[in-house]
Amino acid sequence: MKKLLNTLYVTSKDAYLHQQGETVVVKVDGQEKIRVPIHNLENIVCFGPMTCSTPLMELCGARNVYLAFFSEFGKFYARVEGPVHGNVLLRKQQFAGASRDPFRTDLARTFVLAKLANCRNVLLRAAREHHDETARVDIQHAASELSESARNLLEPVSLDVLRGIEGEAAKSYFSVFNHLIVAQKEDFVFNARSRRPPLDKVNAMLSFVYAVLANDVRSALEGVGLDPAVGFLHADRPGRPSLALDLMEEFRPYLADRLVLSLINRQQVKPGGFENSASGAILMNDETRKTLLSAYQERKREQIQHPFLNESVPLGLLAHVQAMLLARYIRGDLDAYPAFCWR
Amino acid sequence: MMVLITYDVNTENAAGRKRLRNIAKKCEDYGQRVQLSVFECIVDPQQLVVLKNQLTSIMDERTDSIRIYYLGSNWERRVEHIGAKPGYNPEGTLMV
Repeated sequence: MKKLLNTLYVTSKDAYLHQQGETVVVKVDGQEKIRVPIHNLENIVCFGPMTCSTPLMELCGARNVYLAFFSEFGKFYARVEGPVHGNVLLRKQQFAGASRDPFRTDLARTFVLAKLANCRNVLLRAAREHHDETARVDIQHAASELSESARNLLEPVSLDVLRGIEGEAAKSYFSVFNHLIVAQKEDFVFNARSRRPPLDKVNAMLSFVYAVLANDVRSALEGVGLDPAVGFLHADRPGRPSLALDLMEEFRPYLADRLVLSLINRQQVKPGGFENSASGAILMNDETRKTLLSAYQERKREQIQHPFLNESVPLGLLAHVQAMLLARYIRGDLDAYPAFCWR
Repeated sequence: MMVLITYDVNTENAAGRKRLRNIAKKCEDYGQRVQLSVFECIVDPQQLVVLKNQLTSIMDERTDSIRIYYLGSNWERRVEHIGAKPGYNPEGTLMV
């Protein structure tokens, strides 16, 4: 089993990243802040404007360390990738599968079903613990709508219908999302999912975590030799990591949504930690961003019993494990893709 | 696992000082310098073999010495720091 390596997050403005021997050195204002051996890293994620030397990019490419750049608010800019590695035969099978029905639709269905199951679990768990009777009824109602959508998916449906059902399900899930916020309710209000730009604090946090998660999933896919751009559920579009978005669906509720909810409910994020921009977007400030990232990073180290492998894995390796299982399915070594369902 | 590497290099002549620099550089590639000739490295067994080979090929076994302490993967409760220059936890959240 792969070892969970660390991720280096660089959030200081005007940091300079360079390589020295086998180490990554981060300097701010000419002062060395940290020096980490490249062997301990699998991702370097930079937020905001900063500088990075080409020898470091070379080192990252050679060692399969993924170097990604985001805006300070989580908008994805670019990634530096080394030479294409992995198995060309696997990729060819992936391309063939992605343009062949029913293979494509079946896999897309699996992703959506897992997402619905995980969303439902998030809701049911919240309902169990909720002290407000009307909210509990609402949440349970939404959960049963998700079950209904899942049942509809069991019929043979086309890809478009499948996407439609997923959209409906997402709508009913997010319609009760506000009920899942139980602390700081007057400051953190969630009406509907809004992105580009996020219009409230909750959406700002969700968008940010989704962006970071998508980057991790993408690295995991590349790590097992799959092409992150050729998806099944999501249509191919230039520059869009469709397969990463596909695989991410099953992780969204469990890894991202619950993280955001617990940060709010445990009052680890404060209403003051946000900024309004001129465009009406609500964005996190530096401190909130750091809180979020370190909570995410800590969560990655939590161990769970993987339902399919029956092995204890850190959450940070979940994307890698699922990518590996997906590759096995595409290659024909598994009869079905066992999506991650949280129990 | 975590290993602690410490060394003594005879620096009476220029060749010795060169060995000292090279050994320090090698250790730095694998871990964190916590004191002048003390390094904490998170390595897997394979990396450790490579590192050990590199170090022994640089050192002069008649005059220099290297000690490696194996702290295992449960090292955090075995290490305590007191005083200045606390260093970072290579398995913790790395954020600058």
